[in-house]
Amino acid sequence: MWPNLSKDGNADLAGVIDELAGNLRVDRETPAETRIPSRRDFLKTGATLSAGLVIACFVPLGARRAFAEEPAPAVAKPPPIPPNAFIRVAPDNSVTVLLKHSEMGQGVWTSIPMVVAEELDCDWSQVRVEHAPAAPAYAHTAFGIQMTGGSTSTWESFDQLRHAGATARAMLVMAAAQKWKMQPTECKTENGFVICGTHKASYGELADAAAKLTPPDGVALKDAKDFRIIGKPTKRLDSKAKVTGRAEFGIDVKRPNMVVAVVARAPVFGAKVKSFDASKAKAVTGVVDVVQVPSGIAVLGKHFWAAKQGRDALTIDWDLGAGTALSTVAMREDYRKQARTPGVVAKKAGGVDAAFKGAKPIEAEYEVPFLAHAPMEPENCTVEIGKDGADIYTGTQFQTMDQALSAKILGLKPEQVRIHTTFLGGGFGRRANPTCDYVTEAVEVAKASGKTVKVVWTREDDIHGGYYRPMWVSRMRATLGKDGKPVAWAHTIVGQSIIAGTPFAPMMIKDGVDATSVEGAADSPYLESVPAHLVDLHSPSSPIPVLWWRSVGHSHTGFVVESFVDELAHAAKQDPLAYRRALLPEKSRERRALDLAAEKFGWGKPLPKGHGAGIAVHQSFGSYVAQIAEVSVDDKKQIRVHRVVCAIDCGPVVNPLTVEAQMQSGIVYGLSAALHSELTFKEGKPEQSNFHNYTVMRLNEAPQVEVHIVPSTAKMGGCGEPGTPPSAPAVANAVFAATGQRLRKLPLRLA
Amino acid sequence: MKLSVNGQEHEVDVPADMPLLWVLRDVIGLTGTKFGCGIAQCGACTVHVDGAPIRSCVTPAVALAGKQITTIEGLSKDGEHPVQRAWIEADVVQCGYCQSGQVMAAAALLKQKPAPTDADIDAAMSGNICRCGTYQRIRAGVHRAADLMKLASLTEEPTHVA
Repeated sequence: MWPNLSKDGNADLAGVIDELAGNLRVDRETPAETRIPSRRDFLKTGATLSAGLVIACFVPLGARRAFAEEPAPAVAKPPPIPPNAFIRVAPDNSVTVLLKHSEMGQGVWTSIPMVVAEELDCDWSQVRVEHAPAAPAYAHTAFGIQMTGGSTSTWESFDQLRHAGATARAMLVMAAAQKWKMQPTECKTENGFVICGTHKASYGELADAAAKLTPPDGVALKDAKDFRIIGKPTKRLDSKAKVTGRAEFGIDVKRPNMVVAVVARAPVFGAKVKSFDASKAKAVTGVVDVVQVPSGIAVLGKHFWAAKQGRDALTIDWDLGAGTALSTVAMREDYRKQARTPGVVAKKAGGVDAAFKGAKPIEAEYEVPFLAHAPMEPENCTVEIGKDGADIYTGTQFQTMDQALSAKILGLKPEQVRIHTTFLGGGFGRRANPTCDYVTEAVEVAKASGKTVKVVWTREDDIHGGYYRPMWVSRMRATLGKDGKPVAWAHTIVGQSIIAGTPFAPMMIKDGVDATSVEGAADSPYLESVPAHLVDLHSPSSPIPVLWWRSVGHSHTGFVVESFVDELAHAAKQDPLAYRRALLPEKSRERRALDLAAEKFGWGKPLPKGHGAGIAVHQSFGSYVAQIAEVSVDDKKQIRVHRVVCAIDCGPVVNPLTVEAQMQSGIVYGLSAALHSELTFKEGKPEQSNFHNYTVMRLNEAPQVEVHIVPSTAKMGGCGEPGTPPSAPAVANAVFAATGQRLRKLPLRLA
Repeated sequence: MKLSVNGQEHEVDVPADMPLLWVLRDVIGLTGTKFGCGIAQCGACTVHVDGAPIRSCVTPAVALAGKQITTIEGLSKDGEHPVQRAWIEADVVQCGYCQSGQVMAAAALLKQKPAPTDADIDAAMSGNICRCGTYQRIRAGVHRAADLMKLASLTEEPTHVA
């Protein structure tokens, strides 16, 4: 049930996760009102902190100092920031937004404060940002725990943070009105000032007085036509810190008396330490300790280099267990066999068996490999255990889980574990996993050694550490009617479930179908026009820990469905754009994205000799993305992607620059998988280890990416992931157009 | 041994095989230079030695005695180097982890070639991996930095009368 946990021998953690599961939910349709903090919530939170402070959403620095001076009952540290504090206005007029999401490149450090600042009506140049601590008030409004993922941050917090901003603004207005003995309705706000007739006061001047007021209920929000920040291209607030080396990532954390640890982990998934000899490791200059933890043997040193040299000097006798039998060659053969047998039905209409009887369906088999996320910053975590609790410093997407699992290991209450979120050197899903592997391991090392410790993974540790995008095989079959449109469509999917055995299972696995395994396939918009269709699933298990990887299930279904539709278009001798348009509902958001991409690309216009264009459109995470790639193939059969034109309908846009950057980013991430990356196993061990053989796209190959946003008032979707799924099929389809070769396996390799 | 980093002398007592990267990060305390791969494949650890870009993750510190080492912290006082300004203008960064190395690689390129072509940029910058895929903006950033440098040189130099 807990293969990933048993790897570490931490089966008792399963209980904590089960408890946490009670708070988890997956609710894309959360009613708006549940996302908005009520006045009662503000008051309740305030009351637990200090009788004199009732505004939890709005804590001026003056007020914070005031209660810092109170006798501290249990903790001789600064008081905790109120759990649902999103905004802090200081006497110096700075406005600090406490960001409940983790900045990992996707731009929430800028786009989320824009939402707050819009309603607060503050001066954008005065906005500062801090990562919020881990606390219940920062829970994701749809998922129930504090986390960043699923391309959800903007839509899940949009109403909540608009209300927080508007509430704070209303309180500043009330404070000004009281000061001037006017009615709040006579006051207006402008760029960080409250103005009433001839009176004018800055937010900073009013902050202390406002903090003493009761937050009003039912504040009015701005009309979208009055937005002056939301929707405007706005540059990032974290650029300067990141181009001067001052931005603090987890790996940069320094604590008093801290040592650095490097851990020797199982060479094969499921292996256990039989015995080990640390004498050579301890002889390495700078090594201070060697401890055994559930995941392996940790060597602690004065600095990384000592710990790493010590780790490499360990002699460990491993019981490798059954994992050595693991081979992706064998798995692939098994998957291909399973793809020819009926699986658990995920979607069904009409009767495909009858439709295929006597017909000769078009058949195709597609494959994608295991993939590591390989964020630029290798995993790391710093743990400092004190008398009153523990402090954890790390770049994480999963604060609530980190806190709960660490508390369990340390015998503490969750609130005694303080999570300090740093910038993340990339996430892509890796820094959100159900065992919080790199956090709990660091907690174990700190506990076993009694030292403040930063555990740092090497790149090899990262590539070998598990939590991969699963390997998938898809078998497609279809028959076409006289008009060339499919009349029967069958899609059999084979691959490991990323959800089985996690707290998400009760919500996301229904009737044996993991929704993330079939997303983008079972809900493909093409199926609506196909009278007989079937999507079924095999979910084999293996010792390899698997996880969501940028765009999750769509990272394989987008490739499969959009490649196969292209094959059908060619079989029907129709233009791939016209064919898709004919299959998709007329007013669908997919069609709008397709049309915009086609117009901007100049679809159908002649291309340079040897070039081909390929098209793909795919909805994921509530956004509709069409891409057209232009490629050529050189003498060495290397695929060169010259340009990608991308159109996205993600609904209302907070920051167009974020949307553009995330499309460019998602496309390059997808192209790395399309052209380069592949993780294979032989005798239980990964055959790749670092960027020399786990290759990714580099600057010299990166195409020009043009991003166009479909003007849209439809439901808001996400941006971090939806750029990735269409990139591989657009390129594969373009390679077919350029060469006539249909490539059905990633990474794409020409024969 | 003595190391000169950003114009400051540091006396450090480290093993002979210890790469400069870890001396900078864990001994001297300059964490702007990043660890990405440890085998000179990603460029996150790029610093300048006597003005030329090197991969500090595979360069033993002992080899650098007497040389001038410049890290991202020493590239400018407060981010006013043309590459840093161009990066901010072009909104290049995402997660930002690789960007110290990207900025140092670009600064070294521009020192060599004040007006680099796209091919020059390919040659100089393809050793630096960015998993966020900011490559297109890096390219634009390098060109913008070249423009900023040209503008600066025009205003600094005395006007020639024809």
